[in-house]
Amino acid sequence: MTTATEYKAGTNLEKIFSEGKFAVTGECGPPKSADGSVIAGKADMLKGFVDAVNITDNQTAVVRIASLPSAVTVQQHGLEAIMQMTCRDRNRLAMQADLLGAHTLGVHNVLCLTGDHMSFGNHPEAKGVHDLDAINLIQMLKDMRDEKKFQCGDEMDVAPKFYIGCAENPFGDPFEFRSIRLKKKILAGADFMQTQCIFNVPKFKKWMEEVRAEGLHQEIKIMAGLTPLKGVGGARYMKNFVPGMDVPDDIVERMAGVEKGPASHAEGKKLAVEMIKELAEVEGVAGVHIMAVEWEEAVPEIVEAAGLMPRPTVA
Amino acid sequence: MITAERKPLDEILALVGDKKKVLVAGCDTCVAICLTGGEKEAEILASELRIKAQQEATGAEVEHTAAIRQCEWEYLDMIADKVGEADIVVSMACGIGIQSMAEKFSPKIVVPAVNTNMLGMPQEHAVWLERCGACGDCVIGETAGICPVVRCSKSLMNGPCGGSHDGLCEVTGPEKEEIECAWALIWERLKEQGREDLMIKNRAPKKWNLSSSGGPRKMVREEAKPV
Repeated sequence: MTTATEYKAGTNLEKIFSEGKFAVTGECGPPKSADGSVIAGKADMLKGFVDAVNITDNQTAVVRIASLPSAVTVQQHGLEAIMQMTCRDRNRLAMQADLLGAHTLGVHNVLCLTGDHMSFGNHPEAKGVHDLDAINLIQMLKDMRDEKKFQCGDEMDVAPKFYIGCAENPFGDPFEFRSIRLKKKILAGADFMQTQCIFNVPKFKKWMEEVRAEGLHQEIKIMAGLTPLKGVGGARYMKNFVPGMDVPDDIVERMAGVEKGPASHAEGKKLAVEMIKELAEVEGVAGVHIMAVEWEEAVPEIVEAAGLMPRPTVA
Repeated sequence: MITAERKPLDEILALVGDKKKVLVAGCDTCVAICLTGGEKEAEILASELRIKAQQEATGAEVEHTAAIRQCEWEYLDMIADKVGEADIVVSMACGIGIQSMAEKFSPKIVVPAVNTNMLGMPQEHAVWLERCGACGDCVIGETAGICPVVRCSKSLMNGPCGGSHDGLCEVTGPEKEEIECAWALIWERLKEQGREDLMIKNRAPKKWNLSSSGGPRKMVREEAKPV
Protein backbone atom coordinates (compact mmCIF):
# COMPACT_ATOMS: atom_id res chain seq x y z
CA MET A 1 0.00 0.00 0.00
CA THR A 2 1.39 3.37 -0.92
CA THR A 3 0.74 6.57 0.92
CA ALA A 4 -0.83 9.25 -1.22
CA THR A 5 1.49 12.19 -1.77
CA GLU A 6 0.44 15.29 0.11
CA TYR A 7 0.36 18.05 -2.44
CA LYS A 8 0.24 21.72 -1.63
CA ALA A 9 -2.15 22.40 -4.47
CA GLY A 10 -2.07 19.25 -6.59
CA THR A 11 -1.50 21.00 -9.88
CA ASN A 12 -0.03 19.26 -12.90
CA LEU A 13 3.10 21.39 -12.52
CA GLU A 14 3.53 20.50 -8.86
CA LYS A 15 3.06 16.80 -9.60
CA ILE A 16 5.60 16.83 -12.42
CA PHE A 17 8.19 18.42 -10.14
CA SER A 18 7.24 16.10 -7.32
CA GLU A 19 7.92 13.10 -9.56
CA GLY A 20 11.32 14.54 -10.41
CA LYS A 21 10.45 15.14 -14.04
CA PHE A 22 11.79 18.04 -16.10
CA ALA A 23 9.00 20.60 -16.48
CA VAL A 24 8.20 22.82 -19.45
CA THR A 25 6.06 25.91 -19.15
CA GLY A 26 5.02 28.47 -21.72
CA GLU A 27 3.61 31.92 -21.69
CA CYS A 28 0.44 33.48 -23.02
CA GLY A 29 -0.14 37.20 -23.10
CA PRO A 30 -3.85 38.10 -23.18
CA PRO A 31 -4.91 40.50 -25.95
CA LYS A 32 -5.34 44.26 -25.74
CA SER A 33 -9.01 43.95 -26.62
CA ALA A 34 -12.10 42.10 -25.50
CA ASP A 35 -11.42 39.24 -27.93
CA GLY A 36 -11.18 36.20 -25.67
CA SER A 37 -10.77 33.89 -28.66
CA VAL A 38 -7.13 35.01 -28.88
CA ILE A 39 -6.40 33.37 -25.53
CA ALA A 40 -8.25 30.23 -26.54
CA GLY A 41 -6.25 30.12 -29.79
CA LYS A 42 -2.94 30.38 -27.94
CA ALA A 43 -4.05 27.67 -25.50
CA ASP A 44 -4.88 25.33 -28.37
CA MET A 45 -1.46 26.00 -29.89
CA LEU A 46 0.44 25.17 -26.69
CA LYS A 47 -1.69 22.36 -25.31
CA GLY A 48 0.23 19.11 -25.03
CA PHE A 49 3.59 20.82 -25.56
CA VAL A 50 3.89 22.56 -22.18
CA ASP A 51 2.87 21.41 -18.71
CA ALA A 52 1.35 24.74 -17.77
CA VAL A 53 1.22 28.22 -19.20
CA ASN A 54 1.85 31.58 -17.55
CA ILE A 55 -0.92 34.07 -18.02
CA THR A 56 0.57 37.53 -17.79
CA ASP A 57 -1.00 40.29 -15.72
CA ASN A 58 -1.07 43.53 -17.73
CA GLN A 59 2.49 42.82 -18.81
CA THR A 60 4.74 45.80 -19.51
CA ALA A 61 2.03 47.82 -17.76
CA VAL A 62 -0.25 47.68 -20.79
CA VAL A 63 -3.96 46.98 -20.25
CA ARG A 64 -5.09 43.56 -21.44
CA ILE A 65 -7.72 40.99 -20.50
CA ALA A 66 -7.07 40.28 -16.81
CA SER A 67 -5.01 37.24 -15.84
CA LEU A 68 -7.70 35.41 -13.84
CA PRO A 69 -10.38 35.20 -16.56
CA SER A 70 -7.66 34.42 -19.11
CA ALA A 71 -6.35 31.63 -16.86
CA VAL A 72 -9.85 30.21 -16.64
CA THR A 73 -10.15 30.35 -20.44
CA VAL A 74 -6.96 28.37 -21.05
CA GLN A 75 -7.98 25.81 -18.44
CA GLN A 76 -11.34 25.41 -20.18
CA HIS A 77 -9.25 24.55 -23.24
CA GLY A 78 -7.44 21.81 -21.38
CA LEU A 79 -4.20 23.61 -20.55
CA GLU A 80 -3.15 24.31 -16.99
CA ALA A 81 -2.63 27.96 -16.12
CA ILE A 82 -0.08 29.77 -13.99
CA MET A 83 -1.82 32.99 -13.08
CA GLN A 84 0.61 35.87 -12.80
CA MET A 85 -0.20 38.48 -10.20
CA THR A 86 1.63 41.77 -9.91
CA CYS A 87 1.65 44.25 -7.04
CA ARG A 88 1.32 47.24 -9.35
CA ASP A 89 -2.42 47.36 -9.96
CA ARG A 90 -4.14 46.02 -6.87
CA ASN A 91 -3.97 46.44 -3.13
CA ARG A 92 -4.01 43.57 -0.64
CA LEU A 93 -7.80 43.49 -0.50
CA ALA A 94 -8.20 43.12 -4.26
CA MET A 95 -5.38 40.59 -4.48
CA GLN A 96 -6.79 38.34 -1.79
CA ALA A 97 -10.26 38.58 -3.30
CA ASP A 98 -8.86 37.54 -6.69
CA LEU A 99 -6.87 34.73 -5.06
CA LEU A 100 -9.97 33.33 -3.38
CA GLY A 101 -11.72 33.58 -6.73
CA ALA A 102 -8.83 31.84 -8.49
CA HIS A 103 -9.10 28.89 -6.13
CA THR A 104 -12.84 28.59 -6.59
CA LEU A 105 -12.39 28.65 -10.37
CA GLY A 106 -9.72 25.95 -10.25
CA VAL A 107 -6.68 28.14 -10.85
CA HIS A 108 -4.05 26.97 -8.37
CA ASN A 109 -0.67 27.97 -9.82
CA VAL A 110 0.10 31.60 -9.00
CA LEU A 111 3.26 33.48 -9.92
CA CYS A 112 3.98 36.46 -7.65
CA LEU A 113 5.61 39.50 -9.23
CA THR A 114 6.33 43.11 -8.40
CA GLY A 115 5.28 44.18 -11.90
CA ASP A 116 6.75 46.43 -14.56
CA HIS A 117 6.55 50.09 -13.66
CA MET A 118 3.62 52.14 -15.01
CA SER A 119 6.01 54.40 -16.91
CA PHE A 120 6.74 51.58 -19.40
CA GLY A 121 3.12 51.05 -20.34
CA ASN A 122 0.22 52.78 -22.00
CA HIS A 123 -1.12 54.47 -18.87
CA PRO A 124 1.98 56.24 -17.54
CA GLU A 125 -0.19 58.66 -15.54
CA ALA A 126 -1.69 55.84 -13.47
CA LYS A 127 -1.21 55.63 -9.73
CA GLY A 128 1.02 52.67 -8.91
CA VAL A 129 -0.45 50.70 -6.04
CA HIS A 130 2.56 48.79 -4.68
CA ASP A 131 0.74 48.16 -1.42
CA LEU A 132 2.77 44.95 -1.15
CA ASP A 133 5.94 43.85 -2.87
CA ALA A 134 6.52 40.43 -4.46
CA ILE A 135 7.95 38.97 -1.26
CA ASN A 136 5.01 40.25 0.79
CA LEU A 137 2.71 38.70 -1.83
CA ILE A 138 4.41 35.29 -1.63
CA GLN A 139 4.11 35.37 2.15
CA MET A 140 0.44 36.32 1.91
CA LEU A 141 -0.31 33.33 -0.37
CA LYS A 142 1.54 31.01 1.95
CA ASP A 143 -0.29 32.29 5.01
CA MET A 144 -3.64 31.96 3.22
CA ARG A 145 -2.81 28.39 2.16
CA ASP A 146 -0.98 27.03 5.20
CA GLU A 147 -2.34 29.11 8.08
CA LYS A 148 -5.84 29.76 6.69
CA LYS A 149 -5.20 33.39 7.43
CA PHE A 150 -5.76 36.59 5.56
CA GLN A 151 -2.92 39.08 5.50
CA CYS A 152 -4.52 40.95 8.41
CA GLY A 153 -4.46 37.77 10.50
CA ASP A 154 -8.20 37.00 10.32
CA GLU A 155 -8.94 33.31 9.84
CA MET A 156 -10.97 31.84 6.99
CA ASP A 157 -13.06 28.67 6.91
CA VAL A 158 -11.75 27.22 3.67
CA ALA A 159 -8.15 27.91 2.68
CA PRO A 160 -7.28 28.32 -1.00
CA LYS A 161 -4.69 25.90 -2.38
CA PHE A 162 -1.81 27.41 -4.30
CA TYR A 163 1.41 26.22 -5.84
CA ILE A 164 3.38 29.40 -5.30
CA GLY A 165 5.68 30.73 -7.98
CA CYS A 166 8.05 33.64 -8.16
CA ALA A 167 10.47 35.12 -10.64
CA GLU A 168 14.08 36.12 -10.26
CA ASN A 169 16.44 37.96 -12.52
CA PRO A 170 19.96 36.52 -12.38
CA PHE A 171 21.05 39.47 -14.53
CA GLY A 172 19.83 42.22 -12.24
CA ASP A 173 22.23 44.06 -10.00
CA PRO A 174 23.70 43.88 -7.43
CA PHE A 175 24.67 40.44 -8.75
CA GLU A 176 25.89 39.21 -5.35
CA PHE A 177 22.47 40.02 -3.85
CA ARG A 178 20.47 38.04 -6.43
CA SER A 179 20.77 34.65 -4.74
CA ILE A 180 19.97 36.27 -1.37
CA ARG A 181 16.77 37.62 -2.88
CA LEU A 182 15.88 34.15 -4.10
CA LYS A 183 16.47 32.88 -0.58
CA LYS A 184 14.12 35.57 0.75
CA LYS A 185 11.46 34.33 -1.65
CA ILE A 186 11.99 30.74 -0.55
CA LEU A 187 11.71 31.73 3.11
CA ALA A 188 8.53 33.67 2.30
CA GLY A 189 7.01 30.52 0.78
CA ALA A 190 7.80 30.21 -2.93
CA ASP A 191 7.62 26.65 -4.32
CA PHE A 192 8.95 27.30 -7.82
CA MET A 193 10.82 30.05 -9.59
CA GLN A 194 11.12 31.09 -13.20
CA THR A 195 14.05 33.23 -14.27
CA GLN A 196 14.06 36.27 -16.48
CA CYS A 197 14.94 35.39 -20.11
CA ILE A 198 18.41 33.94 -20.26
CA PHE A 199 20.67 34.93 -23.14
CA ASN A 200 23.90 35.19 -21.18
CA VAL A 201 24.29 31.50 -20.32
CA PRO A 202 27.76 31.82 -18.69
CA LYS A 203 26.42 34.46 -16.29
CA PHE A 204 23.40 32.28 -15.50
CA LYS A 205 25.71 29.37 -14.73
CA LYS A 206 27.77 31.58 -12.43
CA TRP A 207 24.57 32.58 -10.64
CA MET A 208 23.54 28.95 -10.32
CA GLU A 209 26.87 28.25 -8.63
CA GLU A 210 25.91 30.75 -5.93
CA VAL A 211 22.43 29.24 -5.73
CA ARG A 212 23.85 25.73 -5.27
CA ALA A 213 26.45 26.94 -2.77
CA GLU A 214 23.53 28.04 -0.59
CA GLY A 215 21.64 24.82 -1.32
CA LEU A 216 18.72 26.86 -2.66
CA HIS A 217 18.13 24.53 -5.62
CA GLN A 218 17.05 21.88 -3.11
CA GLU A 219 14.47 24.19 -1.57
CA ILE A 220 12.78 25.52 -4.70
CA LYS A 221 12.14 24.26 -8.23
CA ILE A 222 14.17 26.43 -10.58
CA MET A 223 12.98 26.93 -14.14
CA ALA A 224 15.36 28.53 -16.60
CA GLY A 225 13.54 31.15 -18.67
CA LEU A 226 14.21 31.73 -22.33
CA THR A 227 12.75 33.64 -25.23
CA PRO A 228 13.19 32.38 -28.79
CA LEU A 229 14.35 35.21 -31.03
CA LYS A 230 12.57 35.84 -34.31
CA GLY A 231 15.30 38.05 -35.66
CA VAL A 232 18.06 40.48 -34.82
CA GLY A 233 15.56 43.30 -34.24
CA GLY A 234 14.09 41.58 -31.22
CA ALA A 235 17.56 40.81 -29.87
CA ARG A 236 18.61 44.44 -30.16
CA TYR A 237 15.33 45.66 -28.68
CA MET A 238 15.69 43.42 -25.64
CA LYS A 239 19.34 44.32 -25.25
CA ASN A 240 18.66 48.04 -25.29
CA PHE A 241 15.13 48.67 -24.11
CA VAL A 242 13.84 45.89 -21.85
CA PRO A 243 14.70 46.45 -18.19
CA GLY A 244 16.89 43.80 -16.60
CA MET A 245 17.85 42.04 -19.86
CA ASP A 246 21.37 40.89 -20.63
CA VAL A 247 21.75 40.00 -24.32
CA PRO A 248 25.42 39.33 -25.18
CA ASP A 249 26.84 40.64 -28.43
CA ASP A 250 27.55 37.16 -29.82
CA ILE A 251 23.80 36.39 -29.75
CA VAL A 252 23.01 39.66 -31.53
CA GLU A 253 25.73 38.94 -34.11
CA ARG A 254 24.49 35.40 -34.67
CA MET A 255 20.97 36.65 -35.38
CA ALA A 256 22.33 39.48 -37.53
CA GLY A 257 24.13 36.93 -39.67
CA VAL A 258 20.94 35.47 -41.13
CA GLU A 259 18.34 36.99 -43.38
CA LYS A 260 15.23 38.34 -41.71
CA GLY A 261 12.26 36.06 -42.29
CA PRO A 262 12.13 32.26 -42.48
CA ALA A 263 15.93 32.03 -42.14
CA SER A 264 16.06 34.15 -38.95
CA HIS A 265 13.03 32.33 -37.55
CA ALA A 266 14.78 29.01 -38.08
CA GLU A 267 18.00 30.33 -36.54
CA GLY A 268 16.07 31.67 -33.53
CA LYS A 269 14.44 28.30 -32.94
CA LYS A 270 17.77 26.51 -33.38
CA LEU A 271 19.38 28.83 -30.84
CA ALA A 272 16.51 28.23 -28.39
CA VAL A 273 16.88 24.47 -28.72
CA GLU A 274 20.64 24.66 -28.16
CA MET A 275 20.08 26.81 -25.09
CA ILE A 276 17.43 24.51 -23.64
CA LYS A 277 19.76 21.54 -24.00
CA GLU A 278 22.59 23.45 -22.33
CA LEU A 279 20.42 24.85 -19.53
CA ALA A 280 18.83 21.47 -18.80
CA GLU A 281 22.31 20.13 -18.03
CA VAL A 282 22.95 22.76 -15.35
CA GLU A 283 22.69 21.17 -11.92
CA GLY A 284 19.67 22.51 -10.08
CA VAL A 285 17.63 23.42 -13.17
CA ALA A 286 14.33 21.58 -12.82
CA GLY A 287 12.58 22.87 -15.88
CA VAL A 288 12.46 25.40 -18.65
CA HIS A 289 10.08 28.32 -19.11
CA ILE A 290 9.64 29.33 -22.75
CA MET A 291 8.43 32.89 -23.24
CA ALA A 292 7.67 33.04 -26.95
CA VAL A 293 6.13 36.49 -26.90
CA GLU A 294 3.58 36.71 -29.74
CA TRP A 295 5.30 33.68 -31.31
CA GLU A 296 3.52 30.86 -29.51
CA GLU A 297 3.39 28.80 -32.70
CA ALA A 298 7.17 28.27 -32.45
CA VAL A 299 6.89 26.46 -29.11
CA PRO A 300 5.78 22.98 -30.28
CA GLU A 301 8.68 22.73 -32.73
CA ILE A 302 11.21 23.94 -30.14
CA VAL A 303 9.97 21.56 -27.43
CA GLU A 304 10.02 18.68 -29.92
CA ALA A 305 13.50 19.48 -31.20
CA ALA A 306 14.81 19.85 -27.65
CA GLY A 307 13.79 16.24 -27.01
CA LEU A 308 11.20 17.18 -24.42
CA MET A 309 8.26 15.36 -26.03
CA PRO A 310 6.06 13.70 -25.11
CA ARG A 311 5.16 15.69 -22.04
CA PRO A 312 4.66 13.48 -18.99
CA THR A 313 1.20 12.66 -17.73
CA VAL A 314 0.71 12.52 -13.99
CA ALA A 315 -2.13 11.04 -12.01
CA MET B 1 12.27 71.15 3.36
CA ILE B 2 9.04 71.50 1.40
CA THR B 3 9.67 72.27 -2.25
CA ALA B 4 7.38 73.65 -4.92
CA GLU B 5 7.54 74.72 -8.53
CA ARG B 6 5.70 77.61 -10.10
CA LYS B 7 2.76 76.84 -12.34
CA PRO B 8 2.87 78.05 -15.95
CA LEU B 9 1.63 81.64 -16.34
CA ASP B 10 -1.33 80.60 -18.52
CA GLU B 11 -2.60 78.29 -15.80
CA ILE B 12 -2.33 81.06 -13.20
CA LEU B 13 -4.13 83.49 -15.54
CA ALA B 14 -6.93 80.98 -16.01
CA LEU B 15 -7.28 80.64 -12.23
CA VAL B 16 -7.39 84.45 -11.79
CA GLY B 17 -10.00 84.85 -14.53
CA ASP B 18 -11.68 88.25 -14.67
CA LYS B 19 -11.00 89.29 -11.05
CA LYS B 20 -9.99 92.96 -10.85
CA LYS B 21 -8.06 93.23 -7.59
CA VAL B 22 -5.39 90.59 -7.44
CA LEU B 23 -2.99 90.01 -4.54
CA VAL B 24 0.03 87.80 -5.13
CA ALA B 25 1.13 86.46 -1.73
CA GLY B 26 4.57 84.95 -1.29
CA CYS B 27 5.80 82.96 1.68
CA ASP B 28 9.28 83.61 3.03
CA THR B 29 10.03 80.16 4.41
CA CYS B 30 10.42 76.88 2.46
CA VAL B 31 9.26 78.11 -0.94
CA ALA B 32 11.55 81.14 -0.64
CA ILE B 33 14.55 78.89 0.02
CA CYS B 34 13.74 76.81 -3.07
CA LEU B 35 13.51 80.05 -5.08
CA THR B 36 9.89 79.55 -6.06
CA GLY B 37 7.53 81.55 -3.91
CA GLY B 38 9.28 84.07 -1.65
CA GLU B 39 8.66 87.83 -1.70
CA LYS B 40 11.01 88.26 -4.67
CA GLU B 41 9.20 85.66 -6.75
CA ALA B 42 5.84 87.15 -5.69
CA GLU B 43 7.00 90.51 -7.00
CA ILE B 44 8.06 88.96 -10.31
CA LEU B 45 4.75 87.15 -10.75
CA ALA B 46 2.83 90.33 -9.89
CA SER B 47 4.78 92.14 -12.61
CA GLU B 48 4.00 89.44 -15.14
CA LEU B 49 0.30 89.63 -14.29
CA ARG B 50 0.33 93.43 -14.53
CA ILE B 51 1.99 93.34 -17.94
CA LYS B 52 -0.62 90.87 -19.15
CA ALA B 53 -3.42 93.03 -17.72
CA GLN B 54 -2.03 96.06 -19.57
CA GLN B 55 -1.54 94.15 -22.83
CA GLU B 56 -5.09 92.91 -22.76
CA ALA B 57 -6.58 96.04 -21.12
CA THR B 58 -8.41 94.01 -18.51
CA GLY B 59 -8.26 96.78 -15.94
CA ALA B 60 -6.97 94.34 -13.32
CA GLU B 61 -4.85 95.77 -10.50
CA VAL B 62 -2.13 93.51 -9.14
CA GLU B 63 -0.35 93.95 -5.79
CA HIS B 64 2.08 91.68 -4.03
CA THR B 65 3.00 90.88 -0.46
CA ALA B 66 4.64 88.09 1.53
CA ALA B 67 4.08 86.45 4.89
CA ILE B 68 6.91 85.14 7.02
CA ARG B 69 5.04 81.82 7.06
CA GLN B 70 1.65 81.41 5.38
CA CYS B 71 1.07 78.20 7.32
CA GLU B 72 0.74 80.03 10.65
CA TRP B 73 -2.28 82.23 11.24
CA GLU B 74 -0.43 84.71 13.45
CA TYR B 75 1.72 85.66 10.46
CA LEU B 76 -1.35 85.92 8.27
CA ASP B 77 -2.72 88.61 10.59
CA MET B 78 0.14 90.78 9.39
CA ILE B 79 -1.12 90.73 5.78
CA ALA B 80 -4.85 90.70 6.61
CA ASP B 81 -5.47 94.27 5.40
CA LYS B 82 -4.04 93.61 1.95
CA VAL B 83 -5.96 90.36 1.67
CA GLY B 84 -9.15 92.17 2.68
CA GLU B 85 -8.83 94.60 -0.25
CA ALA B 86 -8.28 91.89 -2.86
CA ASP B 87 -10.90 90.02 -4.95
CA ILE B 88 -8.57 87.07 -5.23
CA VAL B 89 -5.33 85.93 -3.59
CA VAL B 90 -2.74 84.11 -5.70
CA SER B 91 -0.69 82.25 -3.13
CA MET B 92 2.86 81.16 -3.81
CA ALA B 93 3.16 79.19 -0.58
CA CYS B 94 3.23 75.41 -0.37
CA GLY B 95 -0.08 73.56 -0.20
CA ILE B 96 -0.18 74.03 3.55
CA GLY B 97 0.26 77.80 3.34
CA ILE B 98 -2.33 78.14 0.58
CA GLN B 99 -4.90 76.22 2.59
CA SER B 100 -4.12 78.16 5.78
CA MET B 101 -4.78 81.32 3.84
CA ALA B 102 -8.02 79.98 2.35
CA GLU B 103 -9.23 78.85 5.76
CA LYS B 104 -8.20 81.97 7.67
CA PHE B 105 -9.75 84.35 5.15
CA SER B 106 -12.70 82.19 4.02
CA PRO B 107 -14.68 82.82 1.83
CA LYS B 108 -11.95 84.84 0.09
CA ILE B 109 -10.91 83.06 -3.11
CA VAL B 110 -7.33 81.82 -2.76
CA VAL B 111 -5.68 80.03 -5.69
CA PRO B 112 -2.28 78.38 -6.00
CA ALA B 113 0.50 79.74 -8.20
CA VAL B 114 2.74 76.76 -7.45
CA ASN B 115 2.66 72.96 -7.45
CA THR B 116 3.96 71.65 -4.14
CA ASN B 117 5.98 68.58 -5.05
CA MET B 118 8.08 67.05 -2.30
CA LEU B 119 9.98 66.99 0.93
CA GLY B 120 13.37 67.48 -0.62
CA MET B 121 17.04 67.80 0.19
CA PRO B 122 19.11 70.45 -1.56
CA GLN B 123 21.76 68.48 -3.43
CA GLU B 124 23.55 71.45 -4.93
CA HIS B 125 22.52 75.00 -5.71
CA ALA B 126 19.08 74.96 -7.39
CA VAL B 127 18.74 71.14 -7.26
CA TRP B 128 16.51 69.29 -4.81
CA LEU B 129 16.02 65.56 -4.35
CA GLU B 130 13.01 63.89 -2.76
CA ARG B 131 13.98 62.32 0.54
CA CYS B 132 10.85 61.72 2.62
CA GLY B 133 7.26 60.71 1.92
CA ALA B 134 6.01 61.54 5.44
CA CYS B 135 4.64 57.97 5.55
CA GLY B 136 4.22 58.00 9.32
CA ASP B 137 6.11 54.71 9.82
CA CYS B 138 9.80 55.32 9.24
CA VAL B 139 11.87 52.29 8.22
CA ILE B 140 15.23 53.86 7.47
CA GLY B 141 16.76 52.58 10.69
CA GLU B 142 17.05 49.24 8.89
CA THR B 143 17.75 50.58 5.43
CA ALA B 144 21.00 52.43 6.04
CA GLY B 145 19.31 55.81 6.34
CA ILE B 146 17.90 55.59 2.80
CA CYS B 147 14.13 55.78 2.31
CA PRO B 148 12.75 52.99 0.10
CA VAL B 149 9.25 54.47 0.23
CA VAL B 150 10.05 57.51 -1.90
CA ARG B 151 13.44 56.63 -3.33
CA CYS B 152 12.41 53.25 -4.77
CA SER B 153 10.07 53.78 -7.74
CA LYS B 154 7.92 50.87 -6.53
CA SER B 155 8.22 51.61 -2.78
CA LEU B 156 9.54 48.09 -2.24
CA MET B 157 10.09 46.93 1.31
CA ASN B 158 12.21 44.03 0.04
CA GLY B 159 14.17 45.34 -2.89
CA PRO B 160 15.89 45.66 -5.22
CA CYS B 161 13.63 44.27 -7.94
CA GLY B 162 15.05 42.73 -11.12
CA GLY B 163 15.14 46.11 -12.82
CA SER B 164 18.18 47.38 -10.93
CA HIS B 165 21.21 47.71 -13.19
CA ASP B 166 24.60 49.30 -12.50
CA GLY B 167 23.14 51.04 -9.46
CA LEU B 168 20.36 52.60 -11.49
CA CYS B 169 16.58 52.14 -11.43
CA GLU B 170 14.80 50.79 -14.52
CA VAL B 171 12.58 53.87 -14.30
CA THR B 172 13.81 57.22 -15.56
CA GLY B 173 12.60 60.69 -14.63
CA PRO B 174 10.29 62.90 -16.71
CA GLU B 175 13.26 64.23 -18.73
CA LYS B 176 14.64 60.68 -19.15
CA GLU B 177 17.19 61.46 -16.45
CA GLU B 178 18.58 58.46 -14.60
CA ILE B 179 17.45 57.64 -11.08
CA GLU B 180 19.64 55.87 -8.55
CA CYS B 181 18.32 52.49 -7.38
CA ALA B 182 17.53 53.08 -3.70
CA TRP B 183 17.98 49.41 -2.86
CA ALA B 184 21.37 49.24 -4.57
CA LEU B 185 22.38 52.21 -2.40
CA ILE B 186 20.94 50.48 0.68
CA TRP B 187 22.85 47.28 -0.12
CA GLU B 188 26.13 49.13 -0.59
CA ARG B 189 25.82 51.22 2.55
CA LEU B 190 24.68 48.28 4.69
CA LYS B 191 27.77 46.41 3.51
CA GLU B 192 29.95 49.38 4.50
CA GLN B 193 28.27 49.31 7.88
CA GLY B 194 28.77 45.55 8.22
CA ARG B 195 24.99 45.16 8.45
CA GLU B 196 24.23 43.39 5.14
CA ASP B 197 22.38 40.71 7.13
CA LEU B 198 19.50 43.19 7.23
CA MET B 199 18.95 42.52 3.52
CA ILE B 200 17.72 38.99 4.20
CA LYS B 201 15.07 40.23 6.62
CA ASN B 202 11.53 39.82 5.31
CA ARG B 203 9.96 43.21 5.88
CA ALA B 204 6.22 42.88 6.37
CA PRO B 205 3.73 44.87 4.29
CA LYS B 206 3.80 48.49 5.26
CA LYS B 207 1.09 50.06 7.41
CA TRP B 208 -0.20 52.49 4.82
CA ASN B 209 -3.02 53.54 7.15
CA LEU B 210 -0.40 55.60 8.97
CA SER B 211 0.23 57.37 5.67
CA SER B 212 -2.33 59.16 3.52
CA SER B 213 -4.39 55.95 3.09
CA GLY B 214 -5.59 56.41 6.68
CA GLY B 215 -7.35 59.65 5.80
CA PRO B 216 -6.18 63.15 6.74
CA ARG B 217 -3.78 62.90 9.64
CA LYS B 218 -3.84 64.89 12.83
CA MET B 219 -1.09 65.18 15.42
CA VAL B 220 -1.83 66.26 18.98
CA ARG B 221 0.84 66.71 21.63
CA GLU B 222 -1.28 66.73 24.77
CA GLU B 223 1.66 67.50 27.04
CA ALA B 224 2.50 70.59 25.03
CA LYS B 225 -1.01 72.04 25.04
CA PRO B 226 -1.55 75.19 27.13
CA VAL B 227 -3.16 74.37 30.49
